[in-house]
Amino acid sequence: MQSYSDVAKLGLANFWIAFLTFTLAALLGLYQVLERAGMIPQFESVELYFGSVSAHGVIMGFVLTTFFIMGFGYWAAGTSLKMPVWNKGLAWFGFLLSLTGTVMAAAMLFTGQASVLYTFYPPLKASPVFYIGATLLVVGSWIWVLEMVMMMHRWKQAHPGEPVPLIMFGTTANALLWFFTSLGVASEVLFQLIPWSLGWIETIDVGLARTLFSWTLHAIVYFWLIPAYLAMYTLLPKLAGGKLFSDEMARISFIMLLVFSVPIGFHHLYVDPMQADGWKFLHMIGTFMVAVPTLFTGFTVIASMEVAGRMRGGKGLFGWIKTINWDDPLVLAGGLALLMLTIGGWGGLVNASYSMDVMVHNTQWITGHFHLIFAGTTVIMYFALAYHIWPKMTGRPLMSKGLAKLQLWLWFIGMLVLTLPWHIMGLLGQPRRISVAPYGNEVAKSWIPYEIAMVVGGAILAVSALMVLIILLGTHLRRATVEDREMAYAEPVEPVLRLPALLNGFGFWAAVIVVYLIASYGYPILQFFLMDTHGAFPWSI
Amino acid sequence: MHIDATEKKWIYLTFLMTFAGIGVLAAYAIKDNIYPPSNVETIDSAALHLSDEFNEDAIGVRREKDGSIRVTMVAARYGFFPQGITVPVDTPVKIRIASADVLHGIHTVDTNFNTMVVPGYVSEVNTTFKKTGTFPMFCNEYCGLGHDFMWARLTVVPKEKFKL
Repeated sequence: MQSYSDVAKLGLANFWIAFLTFTLAALLGLYQVLERAGMIPQFESVELYFGSVSAHGVIMGFVLTTFFIMGFGYWAAGTSLKMPVWNKGLAWFGFLLSLTGTVMAAAMLFTGQASVLYTFYPPLKASPVFYIGATLLVVGSWIWVLEMVMMMHRWKQAHPGEPVPLIMFGTTANALLWFFTSLGVASEVLFQLIPWSLGWIETIDVGLARTLFSWTLHAIVYFWLIPAYLAMYTLLPKLAGGKLFSDEMARISFIMLLVFSVPIGFHHLYVDPMQADGWKFLHMIGTFMVAVPTLFTGFTVIASMEVAGRMRGGKGLFGWIKTINWDDPLVLAGGLALLMLTIGGWGGLVNASYSMDVMVHNTQWITGHFHLIFAGTTVIMYFALAYHIWPKMTGRPLMSKGLAKLQLWLWFIGMLVLTLPWHIMGLLGQPRRISVAPYGNEVAKSWIPYEIAMVVGGAILAVSALMVLIILLGTHLRRATVEDREMAYAEPVEPVLRLPALLNGFGFWAAVIVVYLIASYGYPILQFFLMDTHGAFPWSI
Repeated sequence: MHIDATEKKWIYLTFLMTFAGIGVLAAYAIKDNIYPPSNVETIDSAALHLSDEFNEDAIGVRREKDGSIRVTMVAARYGFFPQGITVPVDTPVKIRIASADVLHGIHTVDTNFNTMVVPGYVSEVNTTFKKTGTFPMFCNEYCGLGHDFMWARLTVVPKEKFKL
């Protein structure tokens, strides 16, 4: 049997950073709903609240995700390609670089020197240490991108003409997606925020900064989401008791996600004055195109579940749903994730719409939407992947399958109780990013029942988050051992023996992305150098 | 390459739904002349008090020659100036806002008045308020520790009661 000890060590190191910081950020989330609801006067503090929201957002969005995805990538590459890590020293250097950056950024966040929220909001200025730390986190992750590309490349050299295993194909697609999408925020931080926060340049153009951030801001959610999709395509069908409905459609979906998700960030800028409406409309068309691979994914995954249900004796139009192996935590998480993706996706169509977005832009609707898609659909799959992979990495059996399933159910219920009221509050006009609602009028009074629901949802989620840590620690500390440490990836219904080169590599697609990026972001960025603009001086919070 | 027959139908349906969605949104945007605030107009936020349009005497509500209403506002930590505006119902209103300092945003519930206010740029919204009453206008973008307390009032009155 192949030994996966090198990828297991890298994977576990990354996973532990991801889940330890996640637990901390989840507890901050509980504090935030309590503060925001305004029920406990002792908790009221704008300094603490905005510091907490900044830390919660940065940890969940940049730290949990990046480390989880890197750990998952190393493990997927090692176990599917059956190869050792390419240049192990470099891989660990990348991990340490990301970790150093995280510690620097965290030190500033937890001392109130970076309360500028997840999207940085210049001309509010944070400590330069925060911006430099965030940059190191991203640069460390670029080393992981190189690792993934090199491992796939070397495997293809050793196996000419053979299809790259689907999980590695999707992981490499995600690595490239992350590289292209992180260029936007990297340019903002390197050319604007760091020199400006150090006083080397006096002012920065906020319009340009927001445009560059928008480049990253949408595709980053697909970077987070792809590991969840990969679990649904490559693990769930087999664990459910069946086979993957179509390997080729999965590859087509990953390529579409890679190409379509980067150049569409302007739906975050629909109500920003510095971009013209024609560009916003074009980006809306692009935004809707990303629904295509998501709808393909929904079809293939649900069809695979039906294959499983029927192979296990399910009959009739819906009888197969009952016979799916729901006892497996990853299958259960997949079902719950798809439900949340469906509700969150419908909400997303509203904020993605050029003409409907103004009803909800910058309201609590948006917070409800992205918690349902990210914290719901995506992170629930991270939990399930951790429960599936941990025993294989450590050789110790999962602490308790029952506890794991209870944790997933609580996460699902808590997320619905939290986010459905947020959608309603958004329609009732509540702005996002507020700590109290001191308006004292009828509109503000109509929010109160939903704020109570929000606190209940937040409390359920905090319990569920603590359970994740307990289950992972409990698994890691067990003395029993598991024999079967091979990853069992799902077989497609129709075996794939030969693939067209376009579905087995990314050279052509990378060129397509560059052309599409220049077409959609070229002039909107160039315009700032052609107009007579006025930069903004730094402001403290 | 193998693509199942049912899957092919789903592929066609997916593209049909996506293009239909884009088509409906485009048709409404053209028919109702909907466009988000996108005027791409620069201004020196540090010198609003010296500008013709946003100095202290110029801001507020006024009636244009064609009968429409023009509202000029300044957003600055932590308030909108003027803090209260009154406009007539069912009348075209052009609202222009500039920031004197950092990022802000403003929206009013149940209307399509919603815009970011970005330092260095002027935001312009063209709308018609269709309900009378007094509504809060919230700052909807984090602008510093006093952000929660930044809001203004919009009063929409019947046409005959509107006076300048």
